[in-house]
Amino acid sequence: MLPLLQAAAAAAHPLDGTAARWLWAVPLLPLAGFVINGALSILPAYHAGAADPGLAHGDGHGAAHLETETPDTAGAHADDHHPVKRHRYAGLVSIIGPGVLMVSFLLSAMIFFAMRGAGGGAMTEPFIQRYFSWMPVGDLKIDAAFHLDQLSMMMTLVVTGVGMLIHIFSVGYMQDDPGYPRYFSYLNLFVFFMLLLVLGGNYPFLFIGWEGVGLCSYLLIGFWFSDKANADAGKKAFVVNRIGDFGFLIAMFLMFANMGTLDFTGVRAATQSLPVGGALVTAICLFLFLGCVGKSAQIPLYVWLPDAMAGPTPVSALIHAATMVTAGVYLVARSSFLFSHAPVAQLVVVLVGAVTAIFSASIGLKQWDIKKVLAYSTVSQLGYMFIGVGSGAYVAGVFHLVTHAFFKALLFLGSGSVIYAMHAAYHHTDNHDDAQDMRNMGGLRQYLPITFILMWIATLAIAGIPPLSGFFSKDEILGSLFARAEHSTIASAHLFGLAGSVWLYFSWALGLAAAFMTATYMTRMMLYTFHGPNRTGEAERSHLREAPWVMTGPLVVLAILAAFGGWLNLPELIPIGRVGLLDHWLEPVVGESTRFVVAGAPEASPGLEYGLIALAVLIAVAGITTAIIKLKPATLVPKREAPQEEGFERVLLDKYYVDEIYDDAIVKPVVGISRGVLWRGVDAGLIDGLGVNGSAYLTRFVGWVGSQLQSGQLGTYAWVLALGVLAVLGAFGLR
Amino acid sequence: MEPHYPLFYTFHFYLFGVIALASALAFVTRRSPVAAALWLVNTMFSLSALYVLLDAQFIGVMQVLVYAGAIMVVFLFVIMLLNLGHGGIGDTRGLGWKLAAGAVGLGILAEIFALTKARAPTILTLPEGFTAREVAQTGAIAPIAAPLFNEYLLAFEVTSILLLAAVVGAVVLGKQRGDEHAR
Amino acid sequence: MLGEALFFSAVLFVIGLFGVLIRRNAIIVFMCVELMLNAVNLTFVAFAQQYGAGGQVFVFFVMTVAAAEAAVGLAIIIALFRHRQTVDLQNINLLKG
Repeated sequence: MLPLLQAAAAAAHPLDGTAARWLWAVPLLPLAGFVINGALSILPAYHAGAADPGLAHGDGHGAAHLETETPDTAGAHADDHHPVKRHRYAGLVSIIGPGVLMVSFLLSAMIFFAMRGAGGGAMTEPFIQRYFSWMPVGDLKIDAAFHLDQLSMMMTLVVTGVGMLIHIFSVGYMQDDPGYPRYFSYLNLFVFFMLLLVLGGNYPFLFIGWEGVGLCSYLLIGFWFSDKANADAGKKAFVVNRIGDFGFLIAMFLMFANMGTLDFTGVRAATQSLPVGGALVTAICLFLFLGCVGKSAQIPLYVWLPDAMAGPTPVSALIHAATMVTAGVYLVARSSFLFSHAPVAQLVVVLVGAVTAIFSASIGLKQWDIKKVLAYSTVSQLGYMFIGVGSGAYVAGVFHLVTHAFFKALLFLGSGSVIYAMHAAYHHTDNHDDAQDMRNMGGLRQYLPITFILMWIATLAIAGIPPLSGFFSKDEILGSLFARAEHSTIASAHLFGLAGSVWLYFSWALGLAAAFMTATYMTRMMLYTFHGPNRTGEAERSHLREAPWVMTGPLVVLAILAAFGGWLNLPELIPIGRVGLLDHWLEPVVGESTRFVVAGAPEASPGLEYGLIALAVLIAVAGITTAIIKLKPATLVPKREAPQEEGFERVLLDKYYVDEIYDDAIVKPVVGISRGVLWRGVDAGLIDGLGVNGSAYLTRFVGWVGSQLQSGQLGTYAWVLALGVLAVLGAFGLR
Repeated sequence: MEPHYPLFYTFHFYLFGVIALASALAFVTRRSPVAAALWLVNTMFSLSALYVLLDAQFIGVMQVLVYAGAIMVVFLFVIMLLNLGHGGIGDTRGLGWKLAAGAVGLGILAEIFALTKARAPTILTLPEGFTAREVAQTGAIAPIAAPLFNEYLLAFEVTSILLLAAVVGAVVLGKQRGDEHAR
Repeated sequence: MLGEALFFSAVLFVIGLFGVLIRRNAIIVFMCVELMLNAVNLTFVAFAQQYGAGGQVFVFFVMTVAAAEAAVGLAIIIALFRHRQTVDLQNINLLKG
């Protein structure tokens, strides 16, 4: 057991001596998994036989790939022509990889029950474990500490739980990949960092996790890096994330400079003495939010997430749906005391979230790649979460985080099953068509019935149809937003001259529109993929079959969670079970900050609330119906025969050309400056030319001058003597 | 606090000084080495007179005996031996060099004059006319001989070895190649 | 008389230096060096009048060394002349490098 820095502080915590003392094992188990799997991946174990199956296939898009590759980089698939050899250590990795996650999850569950026993939502003090003094520098004392309270407990459960399911799914999905151990080692490392993030007791420790998940995201997006497009996508993710990290760092600097402390309890205490809406708090919150914009893919830094679909599908499920991208939401919820003190910052968060929600939803309406649809859907749903936590409804935002983890992971893993089936089908006929394009799918309900049903559950959840989980969480966000638009500290604030309530109502309208679009594009996806005639091709059709149970099993679990997850926080108006479980659970963490925002607001009338709920359901149903009526899956043709889009549809398909704008406005000038000025000018010219070569030249020159004096001529020497005397006498006389 | 010197003394002092300077200038500007050597001899004679006027009679005689009488004679012997008496064409460097050398010289001169502002501590200064009285008392040689054989004995002995080395060196360097066989 | 003597000495020294820098005949350069030594002797003697006989002792040594130096130096010049048939300093650059 890791020794604690302070054992038994003044006040004993109710969690002392319980399972919570094994808290350190929860992140360290995945770390051990990383080390072991990583070691197994480096050992030379894979021997490509005479028929080398490792001819690099990337993500199935049929792009040109490199011929030369290490055995680990290619993604081989089960194939009749090339008998694929699994990695020699694949069996061992299949046990260790998901195994550590299972133990971690069980441990988290035990700690959760211990917390329930210690009072649950009534446990007012967080359980802090300080392991060692990490950075004691002058006034700055940062410890390696875990901060376990209800919020981090919930996040830990989500991370380990959903992570465990995705690990199990990956055993099936990646089974023939030569990079099998490397994949699991990266995945384990990711879970380790994510747990550091949610369990960290101070902002720098959180930041370690923050950066670490960014690193793992890069490693996993570019998993099949022999294809340059994948490597570029990984790079893009990392670089765009970095821009956000810069904001996070500035916020930390501001915090330390003005508060002298960086751990959560300390900052919370220091914030109480700061003026509400003051420049300092607003600045800190805005810079923290900049970090969230990068990590959680909001406007303008969302561009990396669609490209991140180049990675394996389980990676997209884990990292870009359930966990990493939610780190930003977690950060805002964790810093609730800061954000509630800065209404202007909250307005900015809500606005950015709302605009992002509708912007990316509109792009999702016209995407053909099934994973891209889900990617833009993720960006949109993240916008909702930020609307939630931005408007001071922290519980609502976190609630949506949890339900979104369930149904989005389900959607991604379901699409993974679909892609797996399509790939298998294409390999039988050696077809190189795009296995992820919906125009090549269609009518898959008869071939993949279980996946079909499960994905419809997820679609209904995300659209917000009661009584599935998405309905409750989305409705709570929009309802809280509407209430705060009427009366709250945010409504009283001003941004760009307009009153806060105007902005909030506007955001509410955007949220409703985005909800409509969400329902529409998700139904569209289902229609094109599972309904209508099949466009895959005659020969391939017979090979389409359901995925193995190791992949479908986790889907079932997630579907149950997506269906019944709403019970986590039932509103008072729909008391079909215990009401407000999450509200009570998170009360000690965010309760005070939430009440601060809506202080003095009148109680909302039940009629208004029922009306809002009905409106939300109506919009969801309208969206689904619109899609069913207007979209005719029978009129689609496979991708290779598809006509080019025209007009505004083209703009949506091309994502409003944001990537191209960024490329021209930012990337090209930066690269130009780097190449022209910094490389040629400074590095080659100044440092190499002037510094290195110049100093050598100067030395040789001085040497040459010296050598000229050694002429062998006595007369010259006499001259030098005379001049020397002149100089010395002069120096002497000047003194 | 300059003591009052009789006019006779001052006049002769300046006379010999000017002769020395003029002879030196003539010396450096002669083309013929023999003429230059003879002008240098003249300079040394004037300096010897100056030494006597400065109460260093022994040194004055030594100057004539050693410098003018021996060293310069050796110079003249070598000039005659090497048949350099007529002087070569272009024995001096160009006009530019002359001007530069003149500038350097004037610069050093100016610096020396600037340095004469320094004053030695008065505790070292002998009372007026001390040297003259001493000479009158013990003779001109005793003031030199006493320190020479007491405080500076070591230097004296070393100088004698230096002279030995010089003699040996001169003989070795001057030997002709053929002399080794003709004993 | 100290001041005047020092003046003469300084000027003589500079004249000697001028000659060293200007002339190309080795023997004449040598004689200029002797002139510089003489100027220094004058300085010492002038100071000896005021500060004690140590100055004269030093002049004694200077002369001795000058004699030795002249002997050796002229021997060198003779040896040089035998090899190069010239005493022009510009042509003598064996010290080069």
